[in-house]
Order: sequence, then C-alpha cells, then structure tokens
Amino acid sequence: MKIAVIQFPGSNCDRDAYHAFFGVFNQPTRLFWHKRPSLAGAECVVLPGGFSYGDYLRCGAIARFSPIMNSIIEFANNGGPVLGICNGFQILCEAGLLPGALVRNEGMEFVCESAKLNVEDSMDYFNQGSLGETIDIPIAHGEGNYRIDDDGLADLEANNQVLFRYANNPNGSISNIAGIRNKEGNVFGMMPHPERAVEEIHPSRDGIGVIKAFLKSQMARQQKA
Amino acid sequence: MPTEAPAPNPDPTLNAPITPELVDKHGLTPDEYERIKKILGREPNLTELGIFSVMWSEHCSYKNSKKLLKQFPTQKFDEDSRNKVLVKAGEENAGVVDIGDGWAICFKIESHNHPSAVEPFEGAATGVGGILRDIFTMGARPALFTNSLRFGELTSADSRRIMRGVVHGISHYGNCVGIPNIGGDTYFDTCYEGNPLVNALCLGVLKHDQIKRGAASGVGNPVYYVGAATGRDGLGGASFASKELSEESAADRPAVQKGDPFMGKLLMEACLEMMGVDGLVVGIQDMGAAGLTCSTCETAARGDVGVEIELDLVPQRETGMNSYEIMLSESQERMLVIAKKGREEELEKIFEKWDLHAAKVGLVTEGKDMVVKQHGQVVVRIPAMDLTEEAPLNDPIATRPAYLDEIQAWDIETLPDLTDDGIYDALPQLLADPSIANKRWIHRQYDQMVMTNTVKHAGESDAAVVRLRCGGPDQDKYIAITNDCNSRYCWGDPYEGGKIAVAEAIRNLACTGARPLAMTNNLNFGNPNKPESFYMLKECVRGLAETCEFFDVPVVGGNVSLYNEKQDTKIDPTPVVSVVGIIDSRQYITSSTIKKGNEALILLGDVPKELGCSAFLRVVHQLKTGLPPRMDLENQAALMDFLQVQIQKGRIHAAHDIAEGGLLVGLCEMLFAGEETFGADINFEDLPIDRWDSLFFGESQGRILLAVDASRADHVVHDAERYDIHADIIGEANDEGILHVDAPNLEHPIEWDTSSLREIWENAIPSAMKI
Repeated sequence: MKIAVIQFPGSNCDRDAYHAFFGVFNQPTRLFWHKRPSLAGAECVVLPGGFSYGDYLRCGAIARFSPIMNSIIEFANNGGPVLGICNGFQILCEAGLLPGALVRNEGMEFVCESAKLNVEDSMDYFNQGSLGETIDIPIAHGEGNYRIDDDGLADLEANNQVLFRYANNPNGSISNIAGIRNKEGNVFGMMPHPERAVEEIHPSRDGIGVIKAFLKSQMARQQKA
Repeated sequence: MPTEAPAPNPDPTLNAPITPELVDKHGLTPDEYERIKKILGREPNLTELGIFSVMWSEHCSYKNSKKLLKQFPTQKFDEDSRNKVLVKAGEENAGVVDIGDGWAICFKIESHNHPSAVEPFEGAATGVGGILRDIFTMGARPALFTNSLRFGELTSADSRRIMRGVVHGISHYGNCVGIPNIGGDTYFDTCYEGNPLVNALCLGVLKHDQIKRGAASGVGNPVYYVGAATGRDGLGGASFASKELSEESAADRPAVQKGDPFMGKLLMEACLEMMGVDGLVVGIQDMGAAGLTCSTCETAARGDVGVEIELDLVPQRETGMNSYEIMLSESQERMLVIAKKGREEELEKIFEKWDLHAAKVGLVTEGKDMVVKQHGQVVVRIPAMDLTEEAPLNDPIATRPAYLDEIQAWDIETLPDLTDDGIYDALPQLLADPSIANKRWIHRQYDQMVMTNTVKHAGESDAAVVRLRCGGPDQDKYIAITNDCNSRYCWGDPYEGGKIAVAEAIRNLACTGARPLAMTNNLNFGNPNKPESFYMLKECVRGLAETCEFFDVPVVGGNVSLYNEKQDTKIDPTPVVSVVGIIDSRQYITSSTIKKGNEALILLGDVPKELGCSAFLRVVHQLKTGLPPRMDLENQAALMDFLQVQIQKGRIHAAHDIAEGGLLVGLCEMLFAGEETFGADINFEDLPIDRWDSLFFGESQGRILLAVDASRADHVVHDAERYDIHADIIGEANDEGILHVDAPNLEHPIEWDTSSLREIWENAIPSAMKI
C-alpha cells in the first residue's frame, strides 16, 4: 500500500512512523507536508505523534485546520484507511473522524513507559486470535486521558470499537481505553506507539502485530470493495 | 587608532555619561573599564558598555577559568586513533568527534543553574532549548539529551518545588522537540538548597562534510536573523549567571528567559533543512547567552571580518525597545545566519515554509568592526576581535581551605563497626536515600523512546545506549553516554574527586561494552574571587585533566558555572563529567542487571578498608567527613582492558560499577532487573575482612560486579589474574528473591527479602514528593 505519513509543524514521530512503514514493513512510504493540497494517490494515511502546533489551545485543535485535513476527511469518509498515533489520535478526534476526546492525564504528568495492553475482539485481525491476549507497547503522552459521554461509550462498546485497553491505566482513560476505531473499521486511533515496538532493540516487538493487523485488515476491506 | 565614535543614541537615556557606579553595576572592574577605553580609544557609550559587560562576563569569556581549562587535552594523543577530534573545544558552539565511515558526533553540556533557582520551570526548559541550538547549529541532527541535576534534600518543601519545576521544564521542552532524554544523574544534598544545578547535555549526529561553522566571511554576504522575535526577556542573563545568588535574585526574574519548544522545534527543522542545501549557508550561530551581541561579534571575529546590522530590521515583539535592550536581550529560539549572497530567496522560502521570521538585518563588511545601527545611525562600533579575544584573563588566588586537613585526618577507628543488626538495617536505609533510590519519578516524565533508537536508557545499564542510523540497515552505530560526579569526594579532596569523576564515567562505559571517545564537562563551583573556592576549582580541574590525559579522552567542550553561592552556603564542588563512548558491535552491549537466577557473581577489585565521604557515613551516621577513596589509574586501565576482552568473548551477562552505597547497594541494583526481582547467595569466605561496614558499604574505586554463566566463572577469574586484577566469586544469583549473605565471624547469616528492598528503593522519591 502507498502510505502517506503526514507532517504537521511540531510532529516529531513522523520519521519514526516512516521508518516503521518503510524500513520495517517495506511499504512505499512518503512524508507529506501539511500544506499539501492533496493526498496524491496515497492508499493509506498515517497521522504520527508529536506536538502539532505545540499543543497550543488543545492537542490537535489547530492541526485539524491544516490544509491537508480536508483531503484526509474526504479520504476517510470514502473508506480510506487512516491510522492516528498519539497526537495523530488527538487530531482525528478533533476532526470528528473518531468519537471522544483526549485530555490531560489524571496524574497531570507526562508518562513514558512500556504499557501492557489487553487486546479486544474488535474486528478482523484486531482480535486476540491474531494479536494475543496482551501486548506491550510504549506510551509517551501528557494528554492521553480518553473521555467520551455515556451514550458514546455505550455505542463504542456495542459496536466493538475498542481496540485496546490498558492493563494498568496510566492516565485515567474511561474504561481503560487505549485505542479505538470508527464504526466502519477504516479509521483507527491509539495513544500507544506501535512504531516504537518493531525492532530487536525496542522494549518489545508487539508493534509489528499491530501495524500488520492494520495493513492486512485494510487490504482485505479494499479487496471486498 | 580610536574607533570612530557612534552618533548620539536615539534614546536619550542611553547617552548618559558613564560613571564609576554604572561600570560597577555592569559587573566590570575599574581595570576592565580602562581596558575597554584603550580598545576603543575613547569612552564607550552605554550600549557599548552593556555589550562589553556581557561579553566579558565569566559566562561568555571564561575570564577566571580559561587558564585552568588549557590543561585539558583537546585532541587524541594517539595520532593513529580511529576517533579524531574534528572540531576542538572553544573553536565553535560544540566539539565534533569522528565515529568512522564519514560520520561524526557533536555534543556539549551546559548549565542553567541560576535561572532554575529563580524560576525552575522556565530555567530548566530554556536550558534544554539552549543546548539543543548549540548542537544543531553545528549541522548535526540532535539524537539525545541527558541531564545532571542537583537539588537540596527532599525533606525541604522548597527543594521539592524546585525539583518538580525543573523536571517539568525539562520534559516540557525535550518531549515537545522529540528528542529522547535517556539518562544522566541526580543527587540531593543540603548544599544545593536554593542553588540547584541543572546541567543539560545534547548529542547530535552528522556527516563530516555537514559540519557548519559560526564564522562570517565574504564581504557583502547578507546577515539573517531567523526565529522568534526579540523581547525584553532575559536581559543581561549572562551577567546574571556570573554573580552570586541572593535574596534579591528573585528581582532578577526578568533575566530569566521564557522558552517555546514548539518554536524551537520549527527552528531546528528549518535550520537543518537550510543547512542541507549545498552552499547556501556561509556561517551560522545560535543566539544564546548575550543574544544578538554574542552571535554578531563572534561570527565576525571568527571570520576576521566586520559585520554591520540595522536594529530597525530585527523582528521585535515589544515596541519602543532601545539599542541596549535589543542587543542584550536573551529571547529564546533565535539564530544568526550568514548566507551566500544572491541566494537570499532560497533561504527565505525555507523559513516561509516553516512559518518563521527570516529577516535580513545586515551585511558582512570590510574591516573588523561590529557596527550596530538604529534608524540608520551608528549606535555601536566595536572591533569584534578585541571584544571576544581581549577579555581580561584573571589569575585568581587559590588558598587551600583549612577544613581539608581536618576532615582528611578522620580515623575510621573512631567509628564502632556495624553489628549484624546494624548491617541488616543499613542496606534498606541506603536504598531509601533519594540520591541512591530509583529515579523513575523523574525519567518517566521524559520521552526516552522517541526516534526509536534507544537501546538502553537510564537504569538498564551503567551508561545509556543509543543506535545511530548511519545510512543503510547494516551501518548502524551504537553510542554510549554517562554523566558522573560525586561532589562529596570533590569536597573532601578536589584533586582525587576530579580524577574519580572521569574514571567513574569511563568505567561505566566499559561496563556497558563501550570504549571512550571524548568528554564534555560542566564545572559548577563557587565564587572564583574567594581564594578557597578557587582552590577547589583549580584542584578539580587538575584531577580531571590528568585523568583525561591518562585515558586519552580529549575534552571537546563544556561550560563553566561559577558563583554558585547564596549568602553563607555554597555548593560542594561539582565538576559534572559526561563521557561518550562507542560500542563496536551490537553484541557487546552489556546491561547492569542480571538475566536469570543461578548466574555466578564475581567481584573485581580490592576489598575496601575506607569509608571517607561515603553515602554510608552520610546516611547511617549523618557524617560528612574522611578522606575520599583513592583512584589508581593504572589499576583501572587494566580493569578496563580485561573487561573489554571478556565482553568481546561473550562471557559477561551483566556488569555493574560499584559506586555510592558500596557493594550491597550495587548488588541490589543488579538484582532489581526489569520486571523481575532476583535474590542472591553471597559468601565472603575467601576475603580478608577488616570491618563489616567498609566491606559492605565502602566505596573504594575501581570495583565492578559481574554476572557470568556459573560454568565459566572460574575461567573469568583465571583470566583476571593475568591482568593482575583481584577477582573473587562471591556467590550466585537465585530466583527465590532472597538476598542471603554469609561470612566467617558473622554471628548468623543475614537475609533480606529483595522484593521489599526494591519497594523501598522504588518508593523513596515518589513518597517524598507526595508530601
């Protein structure tokens, strides 16, 4: 799949995502500056982590108005696969492509560590059969506390939209939620960083499974369509 | 010939006559003022006086320390060395060292002590931002941060406030710019109460042909100001850092800068993109201490040319700023760039992409003067080279403090040895000491993994390890880095303490599988005009320099922070040392924690008979006294050679340097291994034992604990004999989580539950911070 990794001013995991998708997964991957008017034929969009616009106002609130976001919203609404990691997840929530919001960690402090995640049976490839019951993926965020209203949460649960839950909640997220998808199954957001768990030198290599599940599920969807 | 006098300043307050009071207020002595007049051939105006005062402050001119610093080796003694110094200390913003295959690293440490004392969050944050700019200015992409931090005891509410602010500030800036913070060291002592030390290090990676210089050249080339606009913040920060802290220091708050990490990140990316364009940049320098003043005169002096700037063209975020304020502002996230004439548009386009200012403020000129204009009129004219090179060099008086003889004469026999119960109690007491306890409370707030190159971060090995991607997948290189300084040793014996700081750093690298490349240091000391303080600086530097020379580790840069005094208290001498090493193969990377039970434990080095200046004396006996341990460099050289060979043979599962707290603390640190907590069965049967306290908690130097496969332990010991190194198999690790220690003459074996010990070690700082 042709992957577009979007660079906002302040993105800082853009190269890491590039390295994972291109260097580890051998996918044709390009970095896209946020001022570009179009996605130029990309088949898959990755919004990387970082501090877009310095997290001023609210995380992701300004990036959501970047020129390229119009193309991304259109792309997602047409079923195009989108993965938002950390700040990318926050941007997807601000853009309305995923429900809920991410606010300051309960402990008020930035947290960086390897986090144990419980895998939910959400959809093809994103289930315990493919990924295992638990995986270790690094987190690094100050505002990863996932919030959603009761109705929204009930919807997420009813549609199996929760991908991962923290085994030891590090930030106060409701229902221990660490990652979700949209109802249609083409837009994904997660606070943990799978691109930081793909090589032998990393704390684990469980990110390989996550990225593979994302790529495979989207290829399968496109074949069906 | 006198330099032509500038025109009257448009701001009439700046035309006031220069009185002795004004000279004094600028921290200049009457002699220094005479020197200024001689250089100019006339009286300076007020703006010029301000410029001289910041450039001749200790922070910028090293006037009290420069002669001492000349003792440091600046390049490899061994001419055939694989790892030559490419840019030496003092030549540029940071030194550069070859790491092979056309690649190099660039690194430096810098202090932000005074600002952090007054405004912990902003002080620490801008410290990180400042060192970051020093590194990318050289053309290097930053790859890691480390810090050395010193605070007062956590029982003090003010120390807790300062630590919380400093750690937040470091994480705020470092996390946002997306560079991993992978280690460093933190100590707590009452001597740092109200005078914390915040030393920030950054290391970057670049190719040899990407090295950029901070020199102006080519008459007619345009001078650009890029980055954030100038405000009144940080006015005279360099001068502020060059005097003692006092009750009035809070009133100096305007001298503390405010950092904007988002702007810092954009500026870094834009500058790296610009420097990547062949031939576009002639020279580049960050506006750090002394801001526009320093960057303008230093680039001119290095290129032996003149530079002329017009202040009306400088982006300003406040109105009505006069020439004094603009020239002395230390607003953050600004750079000065000398571009190639005719290629202005290319440069401006890059900064437009990143939504940053790029203002053409002047030109490289003939002659040698730094000329500053405002509203078209000359307001400053100073020969640039004289400003940077003619700063007075002082020879302060050094007097050996009387207390040294007194404490060094302390006799260990005046202290009753520990009973069995005493041994049992002392270990958890030491593990609960914040200086020894686990530092996760701090490190968890730093992004240690961004860039996905972190191999070992703080606590996993004796030095942190990162991978550097140097081209293709098979061209990775592995760099190890450690910060060290036991300031208590330096207090007890500055010369020996200086030696120990360097030797310990090198030993930590050896335990990680690295061989040392080069060093940077941050000399944190008291007021150099006080002879006893200056003696400590002089002796520490002698110890550092001799040890660097001995191990052929050149010093490629650093920073001097003097005047760390507040009323009656001054800090212990703290020459923070950071040595960077290279690990020649990924297989050699060695951790400090054991992998599995039943590994044999080997102690390398002699059995200690000393306790002077140890953590044990401080924590258990509330004593700060005694002669610090001696450092035998020859012995350590053999130890390192031996260790390197054993690691390369693949025999070493874990290696850990024994430091603060001594043998049992070091052992516990090896047993607290990631998610597992091991135990060990230790028996000192074969060792000559004088005293229990010095055996278990003494801090004799040059001792390392190894974990090796039990079946190979005898081979390792046998090999050690050939290097004339004392090696003893002291026991085995176990999976039971019990640390069991036995020795002849002990009434009964002593047992600790290692999970409980670990809980104490891990909870000490978090619970102290919860108060």
